[in-house]
Amino acid sequence: MINFEYTRAGTIKAASEARQKDAASQFIAGGTNLVDLMKKGILAPQRLIDINGLPLKEIKTDAKGISIGALVPNSVAAENDTVKKQFPLLSMALNAGASAQLRNMATVGGNIMQRTRCSYFYDINLPCNKRKPGSGCSAIGGYNRMHAIFGASNQCIAVHPSDMCVALAALDATIHISNAKGEKKIPFADFHRLPGTSPELDNNLQPGELINYVSIPANSYNKSYYLKIRDRLSYAFALVSVAVALEVKEGRISKAALAMGGVAHKPWRLTAVEQFLIGKTPDATVFQEAGQMAMQGATTYEHNAYKVKLGKAAIIEALTKATR
Amino acid sequence: MHCKDHEEYPDNSRREFLKKSTAMAAFAGLSPLIVKAGENDEKIAAFFEKVPLELEINGSPYKLDVEPRVTLLDLLREQLGLTGTKKGCDHGQCGCCTVHVDGKRINSCLSLAVTNHGKKVTTIEGLAKGDELHPMQEAFMKHDGFQCGYCTPGQIMSAVACIREGHANSAEEVREYMSGNICRCGAYPNIIDAIMEVKKGGQSV
Repeated sequence: MINFEYTRAGTIKAASEARQKDAASQFIAGGTNLVDLMKKGILAPQRLIDINGLPLKEIKTDAKGISIGALVPNSVAAENDTVKKQFPLLSMALNAGASAQLRNMATVGGNIMQRTRCSYFYDINLPCNKRKPGSGCSAIGGYNRMHAIFGASNQCIAVHPSDMCVALAALDATIHISNAKGEKKIPFADFHRLPGTSPELDNNLQPGELINYVSIPANSYNKSYYLKIRDRLSYAFALVSVAVALEVKEGRISKAALAMGGVAHKPWRLTAVEQFLIGKTPDATVFQEAGQMAMQGATTYEHNAYKVKLGKAAIIEALTKATR
Repeated sequence: MHCKDHEEYPDNSRREFLKKSTAMAAFAGLSPLIVKAGENDEKIAAFFEKVPLELEINGSPYKLDVEPRVTLLDLLREQLGLTGTKKGCDHGQCGCCTVHVDGKRINSCLSLAVTNHGKKVTTIEGLAKGDELHPMQEAFMKHDGFQCGYCTPGQIMSAVACIREGHANSAEEVREYMSGNICRCGAYPNIIDAIMEVKKGGQSV
């Protein structure tokens, strides 16, 4: 790892100012992704601004919902009583990610900011538009088994690797941000970007902006499930994943939230499927149709066509498990 | 072309950085001797960039000066001689480097030492009380929870945390919550047996 300068930020404002002043700087919290990327030479910030001392570690709940500080470790959020009781989907998604050790280190803010695990992004000897804009995409025409089937562009077909974010997308979370001017918020769905012609940008956060916390509105979902399909039973990134939250009243689905992971450059919300499910009886026929509908418009590459079949099956399975 | 890019990317930043460090050295009015050593930019960079760091490791306080790029794992092994903690993949994928920081298990290879300022670190060396092994160490020996032994310190540190967290209520749960520790020899059944025995024995871990 190349050397760098290191500062500990004492206040949120000081952290933002330090970051804005130095274009070659980056924030560091848990470091589970950043340190890895720096060891591999993919990122080489000249200054790290340690934000671990900032007061962003609280989980607060009230009648409106919950807010989770950006520096809350993934394991703490997953094990929080209110999260487990009122937002079980989030707890399940968090526990599906990484390993116990990494969940103790990785923060909620860092999870949102993590980079793709596309193997070409990680190989500095090969072209990658995300790592080096304009150099080309090695995944298109390369080994693209792990790659996107929705929302990709001819410049990038990488997927967002997070599980937590898939649940936050389904649960209509909001990201609360501070910058030098003050505070602002971004609906979760508008935070991450599709690759388009700027695949180097994962999200809409500007330099100097810092995620302070994430809020999730209270909801009336009474059935939820997070299903993650991967190459081994645990501790691997998703091939596809499905987050399901339903309100089932008197035998019918009255509210529905669905999102998929492992299929796009951002958590992939299934709004058409949600609309379709409302008013339906939760049964196998309906779930089949939902699975079919979810995969409409998928674009596949040489090695990832299996994701269409797997995605449909995963949706059926997740809906079945949620309503069992 | 891309190989060239590869060379340029980190090297440029490095050169840039070292230049800056050397200039800083001159500016700070160091003795000519040290500035002369600036020909060896690496030394000057290291000299200037060290950050004071206080840690408690296995119950003993340490006052250190470390380069920001040093991971907790490298600090333990290379600078403090605590080589019980192993370096496997060095990328957070194998769990060999597992230690406890403020009681929580973490991968020390992905943690910059300087980000642990003021914290309490426990390594495998800190688990036994003198000659009296920790119950988990005893159980690993009894159940042959290893073959080559390289992953064992990480497995044991992780296993102790797994019980403390309350995630060792069944063999299935242990398999899930120990998935961050890879054993290439495949001693998994024996590792699970060891953990389940300690859990069922109800000893304080």
